[in-house]
This record gives sequence, C-alpha cells and structure tokens, in this order.
Amino acid sequence: MTAPPHDCLARNEWICGAYLSTRRHILWDAVLQHLRLTGLSVLIGLAVAVPLALAARRWGWAAGPVLAVTTVLYTIPSLAMFSLLLPVYGLSATLVVAGLVLYSLTLLVRNILAGLRAVPEETRQAARGMGYGPVRLLLTVELPLALPAAMAGLRIATVSAVSLVTVGAIVGFGGLGNLIYAGMNTYFKAQVLTASVLCVVIAVAADLLLLGVQRLLTPWTRAGRT
Amino acid sequence: MTTLTDSWRWLTDPAHWSGDDGIAHRLVQHLVLTVVCLAVSCLIALPVALVLGHLGKGGALAVNLANVGRAVPTFAVLVLLLLTPVGRWGEGPTVVALVLFAVPPLLTNAYVGIREVDRSVVRAARGMGMTGRQTLFHVELPLSLPLVLNGVRIAAVQLVATATLAALAGGGGLGRIITAGFNLASTPQVVAGALLVAVFALVVEGVFEITERLAPAWARGGR
Repeated sequence: MTAPPHDCLARNEWICGAYLSTRRHILWDAVLQHLRLTGLSVLIGLAVAVPLALAARRWGWAAGPVLAVTTVLYTIPSLAMFSLLLPVYGLSATLVVAGLVLYSLTLLVRNILAGLRAVPEETRQAARGMGYGPVRLLLTVELPLALPAAMAGLRIATVSAVSLVTVGAIVGFGGLGNLIYAGMNTYFKAQVLTASVLCVVIAVAADLLLLGVQRLLTPWTRAGRT
Repeated sequence: MTTLTDSWRWLTDPAHWSGDDGIAHRLVQHLVLTVVCLAVSCLIALPVALVLGHLGKGGALAVNLANVGRAVPTFAVLVLLLLTPVGRWGEGPTVVALVLFAVPPLLTNAYVGIREVDRSVVRAARGMGMTGRQTLFHVELPLSLPLVLNGVRIAAVQLVATATLAALAGGGGLGRIITAGFNLASTPQVVAGALLVAVFALVVEGVFEITERLAPAWARGGR
C-alpha cells in the first residue's frame, strides 16, 4: 500500500504539516476572529477604564467602590461570566467581547490608578506653579507619567484576553478556541495543538508589540539606563 | 427578569440537587478538587520558592513563570491533556491542569516575598549566629507571610476558575451544570450554574479576606 499524501492526518499525529497546508483558510479565519475579539474588547476596556480611573483619582470616595466592583468581577470564573451574560446578549460575539471587557477593567483601572497616584506631589505643584490648568496638568503631566504603569496593565489585560477568548468557544465565538473545542470532540490532535500554539504565539506577539509601543511613547524611561 | 426567576426556580427545585448530576454532588466535587489541588500545589511550589528565595537564585524563572502561565490558555491545556494518555485516567487532566495553573502565582509571590525581606534584617539574624535554616524559618518566612498568603489566595481563585473550565473538557465540578445547560439549550440552567460558580468563587475569596482580617497585625504586613 502506498502512503497517502495526508498521511499524518490519517495517523492523527500531534504535529502535521499536511494539516497546516490543507486547513490554512480555517486557521486564518480563526486567527482573525481571535484578533478581532481580543482587540475590540481591550479597546473598549481601555475606553471605560480611563474615565473610571480618573474619576476614582478625582473623587476619593469613588476609588473604594470602583476597585471593589472590578475585583469582584475579576473573581468570577470566565465560564460563569460568559454564562451570566447569556440572557443579555444571547449566543453572539458581543457576549464574548462584553465578558472580556469586564475582565480587562480590573487590571486596567488598578494599574492606571496606581500610575496616577505615583505622580509625585512636587511635580504636580511645579506644573501648577508654571500656570498649568487642571486639564493641561492631567494631559501633559499626569497621564504621561502614569503611562508606564498603565501600559503594564494593558499588556497583562491583553495577554489575559488572548487566552480567555478561547473560552468563548462555548457560545461558538472563541476564535482559535473554536478549533480546540471541535478538535476535542473529534480527537483531532493536530488541530488542537496547532490552535493552542497559535494562541500562545498571538499572546507573546501582542505583548512584544505593546512593549515596543511603550518604549516609543515613554523614551524618558530609558534615558537613565545605558 | 424572567430568566432570573426561571433560574431561581431551577435552583430551588429539589430534583436538581440530588443524584450524580445534582448540585450537591457537583458542589462537593468542586470543593474537593479545589482544596486537594491547592494543597498539592502548595506542597510543590512553596518549598521550591522558599529555598530559591533564600538562596537568591532562579529569580528570573520564578518571576517569569507567572507571565507564561497567563499567556497559555487554560482551556487549551485542558484539551491537550485530555488527548494525551493522562486523559484516560478520569479526572487526570483536570487535576494536572489545576496544579499547573496554581503553581505559578504561588511560586512567584513566595519568591518575591522572601526576596523583599529587608536585607539588613537578614544580616542581623546572621550576626546573631542564626543558621541558614533558622534564618529562613524564623526571619524570612514570617516576614514574607503576607505575600506568600496573597499568592495562596490568587492560586485559590485561579483553581476555582480552572475547575469550572474543566467541565468543557469533560471534567467534574460545578461547570458541568453550565455545560449541561448549554447542551440542553436551557438558559435558566446555564444562568443557575453560573450563579453557583460565581457565589462559590466569591465565598472562597471572602474566606481569605476574613482570614486576613482576623490574622495578627504582623502577618497582615504593611498593606
């Protein structure tokens, strides 16, 4: 008997070149969906977290409740979070994005707030002495100085989101998680391993990308080091 | 609102509490998985972290492990384990995945805790003639306890979440109520299961919070 070309598929091997070449489109679509879900949820998370952190910084009484609520949200396991949103959003991509936004909030708010609080009071007073109004102080002094801490939070939130998207497979919108879920039900080893490795690759790539952005945005943090 | 009342009705139906698929059995499964795996993870991670921290070696490994743990999807690991020979052994994949994901936070926090102990205090201990072992157990460990316990707390919350996800890969625990609900296309059951899981996770977090409040002042640290 001659060996068929898609031999390793038939033998259900973990690593299979034929899988990569024959299912390129499926993999590509899954990666795109994964990136879309992650990107969208992190961006929305950021858009919600910045005002929340600013409010918590501005009004001291708001900090406690904001941090408490986001911490409680973070404690809820991902599968339960998606399930709790089911009556609101149904089986949709919106459900996955909403769940991921709620998770990223904790990390983002906590880090942005820590960054804002770490701005030295003398720096603030110096800016005020130079005639900076509250808005200009915030935009040109406080936010740039809070950037390293905020970016650290953003990196953690993004990496977590990449990994959590896979759980979205339970509602059919899990990016690479869909392939893992389908591969589990059919015992398709090559598919599960390929999709898992791609997940980690996306997470690492996103982390490095954000690290690069952070370096570009905060050149002064490197000035001291040689 | 109707979903919530339906979920409440589902939860309060005694028929759903008994049997192998019942809430009571799943709750016990979840609790046992969490507690046993937390104990195993502590036994693995804490001695390693304490020794590494005491010697001041392997810092990069201990700190980066937590980052690696975050990048690897829990669900992917569960499914990968299920397809390996471990998968044939009942709750094997669940237990292995639970321990794998609980070890990094334990290791990182305990290591950082030991390293952050004031070096002058450690030198003072040495100056008083304490041996390395005495320094570790009587000086470094008590002073790093807040961070070590914080690691245990993070690990416990992580364990509850992972044990829930295990249901997707055929494991036991409260997550099974959710996955069964999805298979039956029964939103009330899905929401009821999710509520149980959420309450369970919050109770675990709450237990740690209360323990921390009740602990003597030195064990709470300067936070």
